[in-house]
Amino acid sequence: MQVSEYKPRIVAFCCNWCSYAGADLAGNNRLNYPAEVKIIRVPCSCRVNPSFVLRAFQRGADGVIICGCHPGDCHYTSGNYYTRRRMAMLFSMLEYLGIEKERTRVEWVSAAEGAKFAATMNDFVETVAALGENKRLEDLRCKR
Amino acid sequence: MQAISSRTLVDIAAKKLASGEVSAVLGWKKGLFNYDVTPAVFTDEKDLAENFVYTDFCAANLSKYLVNETKKPEYRADNRKILVFLKPCDTYSFNQLLTEHRIHRNRVYVVAVPCNGMIDLTGAPYEKCVNCKSKKAVVYDELVGENGEVIDSNRFDEVERIEAMSAEERFAFWQNELSRCIRCNACRNVCPACTCEKCVFDNPASGLENKAISDSFEEKMFHIIRAFHVAGRCTDCGECSRVCPQHIPLHLLNRKLIKDMNEAYGEYQAGAVEGSRAPLVNYSENDIEPAEAVGKGGNNA
Repeated sequence: MQVSEYKPRIVAFCCNWCSYAGADLAGNNRLNYPAEVKIIRVPCSCRVNPSFVLRAFQRGADGVIICGCHPGDCHYTSGNYYTRRRMAMLFSMLEYLGIEKERTRVEWVSAAEGAKFAATMNDFVETVAALGENKRLEDLRCKR
Repeated sequence: MQAISSRTLVDIAAKKLASGEVSAVLGWKKGLFNYDVTPAVFTDEKDLAENFVYTDFCAANLSKYLVNETKKPEYRADNRKILVFLKPCDTYSFNQLLTEHRIHRNRVYVVAVPCNGMIDLTGAPYEKCVNCKSKKAVVYDELVGENGEVIDSNRFDEVERIEAMSAEERFAFWQNELSRCIRCNACRNVCPACTCEKCVFDNPASGLENKAISDSFEEKMFHIIRAFHVAGRCTDCGECSRVCPQHIPLHLLNRKLIKDMNEAYGEYQAGAVEGSRAPLVNYSENDIEPAEAVGKGGNNA
């Protein structure tokens, strides 16, 4: 029997106004990024509640990335500024609890940056793949 | 020993009750043993004289009780007030509740009492008193004794010690601590910052409502979310750690957030100034990136 290669599961929260369109552009330009990245569209990166990130890890994500508009370019003027503070505190807290800091990331990707989107996702998947499976924030009941 | 005797406080409260200025007194009531002191509402002078105490066991922060007590119609007759005794650290919680519009200031008569630190039933001082952050009452209508000063405490030392550990050690440390959690919700119930009408942990639709911990993930989830919900509003009163029946050092989670926010967004003490804006409901265009906020600790080996 062939042992399948480990592929990390990544959840990407993408802002409707920038990164989600950026992902579209990456597709239109036929840029490759791993299929393990599951995109969840949110109206603004600020919509991402810290519990969403935890919930993603619980349900089997190995890494969570939040993509929003560049600071200053938020469709709702200031949403991503709040994201920046909130996620800085959340990631620091997760690190404090011993969760590898490489599993979480915030990246600013505009709708024009299809190439950056693909490059970011490739890099993130590679980083998380090197860490291996998410063991420290897993919920055994959610594992198959 | 406390510098102020129970007698002094009883006299103050009895006078206010007798004059009719206040309809009730929120204080500490003695129990069967000297250490089982509980928060209580006194409405008559006899009860007050017999049962009110202010001793080394009066660690309970009374500010949260005001949220419900000031709403009760029986105490609101004739616009009379509720008298409350607050220790210096409790005044911060009271100020924070005023900031959040949870208490009507004009329904409360605050008597600030000095505190020399409180002890538990074994006689050991509470962690919150060992690392006392302030002897200064920040809000009061009447001050008993002298007002103290804000103390330059070493309260972040323990957080720094954990930060310096490797990721593996930190994980082991917290796994060991949090796995003892029995989800009794005592920390939530006592927390003066936890005054939501409907708590997310009581809401079946939130996906966070769980009873007994059936997976190690849940205890982490509960404590991370709780620390986050009070982030920027936590005055570091230390009640969570005091009431934890499993002796989990919960204050270390809140202090980590306070320390991070102080370092990244400037010094901020919740409750020190009424009406101040907490770091997480504010922003600056030059804030640090999330990637810069992490990685201060030991390596991730």
